[in-house]
Amino acid sequence: MEIIQLLRELSQASGVSGYEDQVRDVARKAFAPYCDSLRTDALGNLIAFKKGAPVGGAPSRSIMLAAHMDEIGLMVTGLEEGFIRFTRVGGVDIRTILGQEVIVHGKRPLLGIVGSRPPHVLGPGEDEKPVPLENLFIDVGLSAEQVKTLVQVGDLITLRRDFLELAEGYVSGKAFDDRVGVASLALTMEALSSVRHEWDVFVVATSQEEVGLRGAITSAYGVAPDIAIAVDVGFGMQQGVSETEAIAMDGGPAIAKGPNVHPLMHERLVALAKDNELPHQVEILPGPSGTDAWAIQVAREGIPTALLSIPLRYMHTSVETVCTRDIQRTARLMTLFISTLSEDFAIRLGL
Amino acid sequence: MLLKELSEARGVSGNEAAVRDAILSAVRGYIDEHRVDALGNLICLRKARRQAQPGSPRKVMVAAHMDEIGFVITGINSDGTLRFGKVGGIDDRILLSKQVLVGQEAVPGVIGYRPIHLIPKAERERVADVSKLAIDIGATSKSGAEKLVKPGDYVTFRTTFEILDEGGLRTVKGKAFDDRAGCAVLIELLKEEYAFDLYATFTAQEEAGLRGARVAAYAVNPEIAFVLEGTVCDDLPKKKDLSPVTEVGKGPVITLMDRSFIADRRLVKLLVDTAQQLGIPYQFKRGAVGGTDAGAIHLTREGIPSAAVSVPVRYIHAPVSLLSLVDLDYTVRLMCEALHTLERGLES
Repeated sequence: MEIIQLLRELSQASGVSGYEDQVRDVARKAFAPYCDSLRTDALGNLIAFKKGAPVGGAPSRSIMLAAHMDEIGLMVTGLEEGFIRFTRVGGVDIRTILGQEVIVHGKRPLLGIVGSRPPHVLGPGEDEKPVPLENLFIDVGLSAEQVKTLVQVGDLITLRRDFLELAEGYVSGKAFDDRVGVASLALTMEALSSVRHEWDVFVVATSQEEVGLRGAITSAYGVAPDIAIAVDVGFGMQQGVSETEAIAMDGGPAIAKGPNVHPLMHERLVALAKDNELPHQVEILPGPSGTDAWAIQVAREGIPTALLSIPLRYMHTSVETVCTRDIQRTARLMTLFISTLSEDFAIRLGL
Repeated sequence: MLLKELSEARGVSGNEAAVRDAILSAVRGYIDEHRVDALGNLICLRKARRQAQPGSPRKVMVAAHMDEIGFVITGINSDGTLRFGKVGGIDDRILLSKQVLVGQEAVPGVIGYRPIHLIPKAERERVADVSKLAIDIGATSKSGAEKLVKPGDYVTFRTTFEILDEGGLRTVKGKAFDDRAGCAVLIELLKEEYAFDLYATFTAQEEAGLRGARVAAYAVNPEIAFVLEGTVCDDLPKKKDLSPVTEVGKGPVITLMDRSFIADRRLVKLLVDTAQQLGIPYQFKRGAVGGTDAGAIHLTREGIPSAAVSVPVRYIHAPVSLLSLVDLDYTVRLMCEALHTLERGLES
């Protein structure tokens, strides 16, 4: 699987929370060659299944891998003189969208611009405050009549940003949170197709994470796995962020530790990374992880869960940046983990 | 489309070579002479093709600036990110979450920002501290970055030219329409025949303070000058007691006055009369904001009667601007006809 092409397609696809159709098609195309079956549930989760090869007599066991495919975005709230008013879906810092290109998903996709007033016309001190949401408009370059026939209140808007290959294996684009996690799932499935694994594997591209981990709630219930690993992005070290609140870029997956993570799962992931000389780091999460792992852990009777974070800079902007090696290492760690799962581990977990 | 090529050419003030090259290849077949002066102005001469009438001007200069706002790399941080300074008037608030291209080799980079999750709510209601912003090209060390870029490299926004509306207003979006729109109009004007020498002057360093126009006007020493611009719109919905400066779709903009000059009244009348004769829409620039090369040109030597005509452009000095090709085509027609009328002399 060509990782750059996969990331490009995942990043460019539209999929605001609750409207993940386009990105789900990309994920389906990536998962399909390596799984035995695929389904989509009522909330829009894409669930791929890959059968394991249990040794004689052992009960059938399963692991669920989850990464969310939805992205933050905007929604139309009104039309004014041919310009579009909007609100936020998910955690968008509106200071980062001035002068941003967007796609308005009206009757047909419309390319638009979040307009900015030129410095020439600003009054004294006017640039010392952020532009409030009520003064922001999207301009699609059409007449008021055209806009009225093509756009209505409630239409979704996605940020538009070309995928960029940067230096030293870094890439940048929109919605890397958490499409890079989805990419790591696809890479894991591909790797598992040439490795023997005893346990069944459910690979889930979840929906609606950004609005409250909702896809993870229903998919974990539906899949009912024995154990689970969620993959999301973590705050990568960047300018303006202190070392105490960030993980290292190009440092491999951050293996979370804290109440959201089963200690034995954490221990095993760290041991495998060490034994295989795989770059990795440990991230301490004292409270809610804010990821799908938080919902999965308490599905049904409770599920031993682990969380891997791919280091990412500039989270929730349109220029999220990752090191591709970290995505590959995350997939490698999950592949090692799954290929070495046996009934012994289930017994140790008390399953 | 020529405007696409002009818009995507990268030419921050002081580094206009790529724009100059694009213009030169477009006009080569229409000009008799050209030269590039000490500041990088491209001065093209299209000689008179007809006998001039007595009392009519022999030498007319029409100027449009090639340069655009942007950045210059001021240093490289130990983590491989790049510090930068602004060239020209840029509102700091538009810098967050943008793509840029660095240096002659157009190395791609991004200006990121801190994750919203790590910013306390009260801080989100203040303007972002831009002093900590840096350009990220993927380099992870100072030496890694130095292989790709160096301090002094110019930086432009990375924005592609695209059509928004095929019909109707024929709107397009791209970067640097201020003033590649003017350059595009001026290139069209060179295809006509006039009874005076036309000095089509593509100026450098307008955004740095009208610096190219000043020396070009001195050297050309025309009797009359026009400046072609892509000017401020500011026509987003707002409180009703504030009128827009100009509006997209309302035709060429004629300046009466801005921060840099007061237009020659005879030339304003010529432009208005011409628009009315042709039956094409026109608008005056409302609010004396901004300045153009006319500010430098009209003060050259003993003074040169000057006027400015602009294509209205939304969101200038930002990564993405928008204009209507209908407005642009009307601007070409208006200027073309006004220049022909000028061949009969200027009414006083």
